[in-house]
Amino acid sequence: MDFNDTPEEAAFRSEVRAWLQKTAPAHALAAGQQISDAEQVARGKAWQRAKYDGGYAGITLPRVLGGRGGTIIEAVVFDEEEARYNLPKGPYIGIGLGMALPVIGKHGTEAQISRFVEPTLKGDLTWCQLFSEPAAGSDLAAVRTRAVRDGDDWIINGQKVWSSWAHHSDWGILVVRTDPSVAKHKGLTFFVIDMKTPGIEVRPIRQISGASDFNETFLTDVRIPDSWRIGAVGEGWACCMTVLMGERLNQGEEGKIASLMEYAAETPAGPGTALDQSANRLSLATAYAEEQAQAYLQARLRTMVSRGENPGALAAMMKLSYASRLQKSSAIAMEIRGAGALAVEPAESQTQALWDDYIWSAALRIAGGADEVLRNQIAERVLGMPGEMRADKGVPFSELK
Amino acid sequence: MNFDLSEEQKLLADQTRSLLAGHAPYDRLRALVDAQAEWDEVTWRALCEMGLPGARIPEAYGGLGLTDLDLGVISEALGRANAAVPFFSSIVCAADAIAMAGTEAQKMNWLPGLASGDQIATFASAEGKAGWRPAQPGVRFEHGKLTGIKLPVADAGIAGLAVVQCLAEGQEALALVDLGQPEIERTRLQSFDQLRPHYKIEFRAAHAELMPQGGQARISALLDRAAVQAAFEAVGAAEACVMMGRDYTMGRQMFGRPLASYQAIKHKLADTLMATELARSNAYFAGWAATEAPGQLPVAAAAARLTSLDALAAAARENLQVHGGIGYTFEANCHFYYRRERTLALTLGPKDYWAGRLVDAVRTQSNEAA
Ligand SMILES: Cc1cc2nc3c(=O)[nH]c(=O)nc-3n(C[C@H](O)[C@H](O)[C@H](O)COP(=O)(O)OP(=O)(O)OC[C@H]3O[C@@H](n4cnc5c(N)ncnc54)[C@H](O)[C@@H]3O)c2cc1C
Repeated sequence: MDFNDTPEEAAFRSEVRAWLQKTAPAHALAAGQQISDAEQVARGKAWQRAKYDGGYAGITLPRVLGGRGGTIIEAVVFDEEEARYNLPKGPYIGIGLGMALPVIGKHGTEAQISRFVEPTLKGDLTWCQLFSEPAAGSDLAAVRTRAVRDGDDWIINGQKVWSSWAHHSDWGILVVRTDPSVAKHKGLTFFVIDMKTPGIEVRPIRQISGASDFNETFLTDVRIPDSWRIGAVGEGWACCMTVLMGERLNQGEEGKIASLMEYAAETPAGPGTALDQSANRLSLATAYAEEQAQAYLQARLRTMVSRGENPGALAAMMKLSYASRLQKSSAIAMEIRGAGALAVEPAESQTQALWDDYIWSAALRIAGGADEVLRNQIAERVLGMPGEMRADKGVPFSELK
Repeated sequence: MNFDLSEEQKLLADQTRSLLAGHAPYDRLRALVDAQAEWDEVTWRALCEMGLPGARIPEAYGGLGLTDLDLGVISEALGRANAAVPFFSSIVCAADAIAMAGTEAQKMNWLPGLASGDQIATFASAEGKAGWRPAQPGVRFEHGKLTGIKLPVADAGIAGLAVVQCLAEGQEALALVDLGQPEIERTRLQSFDQLRPHYKIEFRAAHAELMPQGGQARISALLDRAAVQAAFEAVGAAEACVMMGRDYTMGRQMFGRPLASYQAIKHKLADTLMATELARSNAYFAGWAATEAPGQLPVAAAAARLTSLDALAAAARENLQVHGGIGYTFEANCHFYYRRERTLALTLGPKDYWAGRLVDAVRTQSNEAA
C-alpha cells in the first residue's frame, strides 16, 4: 500500500500544478460569486479553451481524436489539481466531453468525428443530453419520441424532459424510437442535433432550488439530415450504454465534516459548545468516518483503474453512498446551527451553501442513476443476484401498455 | 497511489481463509457450543503451525515481524470464519501490550511463547458496571500485588497470563499477572457469545509486575491498535453475512421465483455490501496507518471502528432476517455472527468513546495543520 504518486504521476502532477498556477486564477470565480447563466456558459467555454490550448482538454481521449492520449489516472490527477480552484465547469462542458465525445468517438463516422470532436474540446460547442422523457427515466428504453425516415432526412416528434442546460447548449445528443414494432431496446436510434433546428422548443423548468437549470424540450416536426445519425439505425441502445458507462471515479468534495466540527466547537450550547454534546459528537464522528471510508474506497477504485481493471458496479457504490451522505451531512450541519439555519442575513453565505447542498442532494439521489437503480446494479453485478422481473421482455414496443 | 493489499498479503489472506475453512466449518462451531468448549484448540494449533499468532511480534521475540496490515488480513479471515480462538485476547491485545509497554525482560520472557501460540494471554480491563475501561480502576496494584475484580474477561479460562488494566499510584497502568497462582480465582460466566467464553477474575493480592510504559496515553494507543484489528474482524464477519444471505436467497424459491430476485432482498444485501466495502476501505487505511503513520492512527482507528460496527450490525441482522424461520434455528449459521457482532461492538468500548476520540483527534490534526 502506498499513497504517494508514482514517479510518473508526480511528474505529471507538478506539470499540471505549474500550468494551473499560471492559467487558472484568471478564470476562477470568487467564492460565492453569483453570475448569470449566460455569463457562466461564456466563462466555462473560455476555461475549456484554455485547457485545450494547454493540452489538457480530453486527457483520456486518443491523440487521433485530438485528445492527450493520457491515462485515467492522469485525468484524475488533473481533476484533483483543478478542483483547488473555483473554476466554471458546468454540465454544458461536461456533457460534451463525458458523453458526446465518447459516443461520437466510438459509434460515429470519420466525418462526424472530424466535425464535432475538435470544436467540443475547444469549448466552442456545448452539449445537452436529450434522453429522459416524462415516461422514460430509469426505464430509458421506454422513450416514445419518434423519428421517421423521410428521404435523406428524419422527422422527429416528441418530448424530452430534465434536459440540463439545453437552453444554453449548441447541440444535443438524442435517443429516439425509430421502430415501434420490435422490442423496446431494439427500436432505438441515436442522433446528434443542432439545438437551433426549427421545431425545437426549450422551456425552462423551475426546480426546488429556485433555479431553472433543466428544461422540457419539445420536438415538433423537426427535420434533421441522416448525417446526424450516430451508429446504425437500431443501434441507439448500445450508444446510450456508451454514454452511461462513463466512470464515476470522482465523487464530491471531501473535508466538509472537519470544518463542521470546528463550527460546532465555536457554537455555544448549554454550559459548553455544540461539540461538547455527545449526540453531536456521535453524529459528526460517524459522518466523518463515512466520509473517510468513501475517500479510501475511491482510492481502491483508482488503484483498480490504474491497473486497467474495471471497477464496474463498485463505482455505483461511490455514487450511491455519496448522495445519501451529502443529504445526511448537510442536514446535520443545519441541525448544529439549530433554528439559526432557518433564516439568515443575505450576506451569510455559509448557511446558504448548506441549504444548497441539502436541496441538491435530493437531485443527486435521482439523476445519473437513482438510488434504487444503483442498488439493483450492485446486487446483480457484484453479488450476482437475479435481474428484475420484466413484464416488457421481448414484447414489441407498440404492444406495451 | 497503490491502495490495495500486496500480493503477499493476498496470499496470506487466501492461506488463512482456506485453513479456517478446512478446520473450522460451521458444524464444528456448533459442536463447540454443544460441548460448552473453552475454545477451538485444534484450529488454534493449525494457526500456530502457520506461525500466525507471531505474525506481528518482532523477530527478536520469536515472531515474524510483519505489519499491522498483515495482521489485519488474518483478523479479517478469523472474523469471516467466526473462529473460536483467542487471537484477539492473546495476540491483538495482550502480546501487543507487552510489546508496546513491557520491559526488555518482560518481552523476552513472554513474547516468544505467545508468538508460538504455546502460551495464551488475555487482556483484562472491564469492571462490570464501572465500565469497559474504568478511569479509576477498582483493581489496584500496590507493593507488587494486585487486588480487585475484573469482569468480563474473554478467554480467561485458557489463558496462563493476563495483562490487567489497573490503578498504580493513582494512575491508570498495566500489570502482568501469571494466572496460575492460588491468589487468583477465575469463574466462568454466562456468556452471550457462546464461542467466546468470558470470566470473572478475582485478584487477592496476586503477584504481579507493572509494565513501565503502560500509562494512560499508551493504553489509549494500544486500544486504537486493537480497534483496527477488531474492525478487520468485523469486516470479515460482515462479508460472510452478506454472502450467506446471498447464497441462501439464491437457492430458495418463493412464489415461483428465487427469493434473491425480490427487490426488498436485493436492496438489503446491496446496502450491507456497500457498508462493508466502505468499512473495509477504512480498515485498510487504519491498518496501514498503524505501522506507517501512527500520527494518523487515532482518527483512522476510530473511523474504522465506527463504520465496521455499523456494517456488521446491519449485515448480521439482515442475514438472519432474509433466512426467515430457519435463520432462528441453531442449525442455521446466522446466529454465530448475530452473537459475535455484539461481542465486537461491546468489547472495546461504546461508540461514544470512539466518537469522542475521533472528534478530539481530528481537531488536534487540523489545529496542527493550521
Ligand atoms: C438535476 C437533474 C438533472 C438531470 N439532467 C438530465 C439531462 O440533462 N438529460 C436527461 O436526459 N435526463 C436528465 N435528468 C433525468 C434523470 O436521468 C432521471 O431523472 C432519472 O433517470 C430518473 O428518472 P425519472 O425522473 O423518470 O424517475 P423514475 O425512473 O420514474 O424513478 C422514480 C423512482 O422510482 C425508482 N425506480 C426506478 N426504477 C426502479 C426499479 N426498477 N425498481 C425500483 N425502483 C425504481 C427510482 O429510484 C425513483 O426513486 C436529470 C435529473 C435531475 C434530477
